[in-house]
Amino acid sequence: MDDMFKPSRRAFLRGSAAVAAGSVAGAASADAGDPLITELQDWASATGAGVDETPYGLPISYESDVVRRNVEWLTASPISSINFTPIHALEGTITPQGCAFERHHSGAIEMRKEDWRLMINGLVDKELVFTYDDLMRFPRENHTYFCECAANTGMEWAGAQLNGVQFTHGMIHNMEYTGVPLRLLLEEAGMDITGDIKDKWLFMEGADASSNGRSIPLEKALDDCLVAFKANGEALRMEHGYPVRLVIPGWEANLWVKWVRRLEITNQSIEAREETSKYTDLYEDGVARRRTWVMDTKSAITSPSPQMPITHGKGPLVISGLAWSGHGKITRVDVSKDGGITWEQARLGKQGDTKALTRFYLDTDWDGSPMLLQSRAMDETGYVQPTKDQLREVRGENGVYHNNCIQTWYVNAEGIAENVEVS
Amino acid sequence: MSKSPNILFPALGGTVLVLGLSYAVAAGTYKATAFEPRAEAPVVAASATVEAPAAAAPAAVTAPVVLASATVDESVQPRGSKYGLGRAATAAEVEAWDGDVAPDGTGLPVGSGDIATGEKVFIEQCAVCHGDFGEGADAWPPLAGGFGTLADEDPYKTIGSYWPYLSTAWDYIKRSMPFGAAGTLTDDETYAIVAYLMYMNDLVDEDFVLSNENFLEVRLPNEDGFVVDDRDVLEYAQWRTEPCMTNCKETVEVTMRASFVDVTPADGGESVMNHGTTTELPTFTQNGIVYPEGYVAPTSAAAPAAAEEEAAAPAAVEATPASAGGLDMDLVAKGEKVFKKCKACHAVGDGAKNKSGPHLNDVFGRAFGGIDGFKYSNVFKDANANGMVWDEANVAEFLASPKGYLKGTKMSFSGLKKEKDIAAVIEYLKSFSQ
Repeated sequence: MDDMFKPSRRAFLRGSAAVAAGSVAGAASADAGDPLITELQDWASATGAGVDETPYGLPISYESDVVRRNVEWLTASPISSINFTPIHALEGTITPQGCAFERHHSGAIEMRKEDWRLMINGLVDKELVFTYDDLMRFPRENHTYFCECAANTGMEWAGAQLNGVQFTHGMIHNMEYTGVPLRLLLEEAGMDITGDIKDKWLFMEGADASSNGRSIPLEKALDDCLVAFKANGEALRMEHGYPVRLVIPGWEANLWVKWVRRLEITNQSIEAREETSKYTDLYEDGVARRRTWVMDTKSAITSPSPQMPITHGKGPLVISGLAWSGHGKITRVDVSKDGGITWEQARLGKQGDTKALTRFYLDTDWDGSPMLLQSRAMDETGYVQPTKDQLREVRGENGVYHNNCIQTWYVNAEGIAENVEVS
Repeated sequence: MSKSPNILFPALGGTVLVLGLSYAVAAGTYKATAFEPRAEAPVVAASATVEAPAAAAPAAVTAPVVLASATVDESVQPRGSKYGLGRAATAAEVEAWDGDVAPDGTGLPVGSGDIATGEKVFIEQCAVCHGDFGEGADAWPPLAGGFGTLADEDPYKTIGSYWPYLSTAWDYIKRSMPFGAAGTLTDDETYAIVAYLMYMNDLVDEDFVLSNENFLEVRLPNEDGFVVDDRDVLEYAQWRTEPCMTNCKETVEVTMRASFVDVTPADGGESVMNHGTTTELPTFTQNGIVYPEGYVAPTSAAAPAAAEEEAAAPAAVEATPASAGGLDMDLVAKGEKVFKKCKACHAVGDGAKNKSGPHLNDVFGRAFGGIDGFKYSNVFKDANANGMVWDEANVAEFLASPKGYLKGTKMSFSGLKKEKDIAAVIEYLKSFSQ
């Protein structure tokens, strides 16, 4: 017997109602039928809630387990910590703000739009201060991008650790941002550039206590970065940097400075704490990599997964998952049911967007046997998602960050999934 | 192959998430520039936008910057001239915010600090989280030691063993430390703390004085321990191959099962460890699944296993405060919000334990320094010996300015500025006090 941990009763109930209905419907000819159909239900008779009940709504109570979760023992304090998006239970590609993961270095601060100031200084013609009202008057754009913490899946370097795709891959979200291209603001201040722009940097910091100072090449800042003030149509949540945050497409989430307050054009990287002590990758030989900005091609199956067991038994099965690449568009995802011996090409939910989450599906049949489910993503640069062993071979196990390995779920004959490592 | 999980630390990537106590950055060197105000109106502190007057000449059109692969909205046309938005930053404003310090020393203010001062400030302000010797208290980061461990199975990364530049420490401490009271250290205190950090890491002697003048002479041991991201060289060529689709491996075995099988149990409590073994799982081959001896297929999903009662709400529920008669519950609710500033170090409610600070159940009527087993600072021990007892009045005074009321306290908090916040948090604490 493969001693599997049984997920919560609720996960089974989601499916078992369907099973029960199925078995009863099958007997409809013998009995009166499913009471849900044959008996007058309360919802078909009494009136429901009026339009004045909830000015801003949350999901219905039956979905109350679709929430962020945090793992207390990972960090010294929840003030400088992270939580995880419930990607096991989400579909499509847009992450609702309410359950999108958060990572703070000194807690999420409250600041009014009226109190927000953005300073641009350094190698500029004029050092400027902007208000939120100023920002509203520049041209704005809309782009959907994934935002992934470099430490996503970082726990798993040491082996299969956390049983749930929410925990192994949930330091990620995907939102449609509305913002002003960063280059417009820098151009407004006038860049005092002598010499090659390639030698110039942008130092970015936030208004919170941790300030999260980071340096990026000016070239990137002038490319596709946004000064964003809305996500998924509404104001940023407090925890995501209200009223204004930076969006640095395809690069690690720590660069997406929240409550951004200052941008400085410099001729060197400041080498701040978050780009030296942290967010650098230690290799086996003791030498560390820095400036590891781009998030590599990655994917994971979100269902079936430990929090999403198969409850319907044999027959048609939808395998659903997410793929993304900081290099550009996802072009293909393959799925394996036997731990990587054979692969089938999955279909994409829609054409992959550059540097955004892409949904993939494998519509397949389950014969009731155990499976080792894996997904393998490819992007437009030809990058193929590697295995954990391939990555460990190059980097060792102490890199902490940038673990984009192929993920494996062992699914037993009962439909329960577990996070495993395979040979 | 995999390491046995060390719950507590770095091997599991805990370091990235372990709290970094920030070091606040000093006001940087002032970059003298002549500013022309963009408008005639004076600098306005409120949110009113300053309109550029018609008289202000637009700046000359600058040559467009060559962009790298842009994924920008092509329909948005850059204006080609300034928008005339924003206003000139004042010298004082730039001085207030432009505090970053670069590895070549740019941004360092004039100042100095010696080891003795550093030790004093460190013990007062830093040791509560970082340990008296920089070894880290609870799960807060260590700051000293670990030399030569970077290639070990479990590297010990500290300022001394891992950080490349001393400027980073100065920058971070001045701007973001101590945790909970960022920005309250002076330039000289910061120099002193950084000097003491060097001393704790055996990089300088006890007569060392650190200043802006000798700053660049101090090099950290791991300065050359970094290379720039070389994934494009070491990895991308390897990964950019046509992927295999059939018979890609001979066999596949499970080599490790999830260590924590229920990470956040519905009823709260610790993560549940896995008792499953890899040998009881089947092997996958090119010709199908091979089951181990004694394998028994589990029963179907229609009969879920012995039901665990579903917890109602997934979110952790705070212990209901004891309802003392006459509490203003609205004020208690407000106080709970204020208490968020305290939560990093103090717990309340059922089962509250001491953390960096003592728990605050039954604080009213408690003797100063009155929790057994908590390591109080000397000033608290003295107050205890003098029979001082907490009441609403002295709690209010303390919270307005902890170091003002009780000089020498280790508590890193500059104080609650608003009287109504103090009143609210007191009401909240009263709800945990009999």
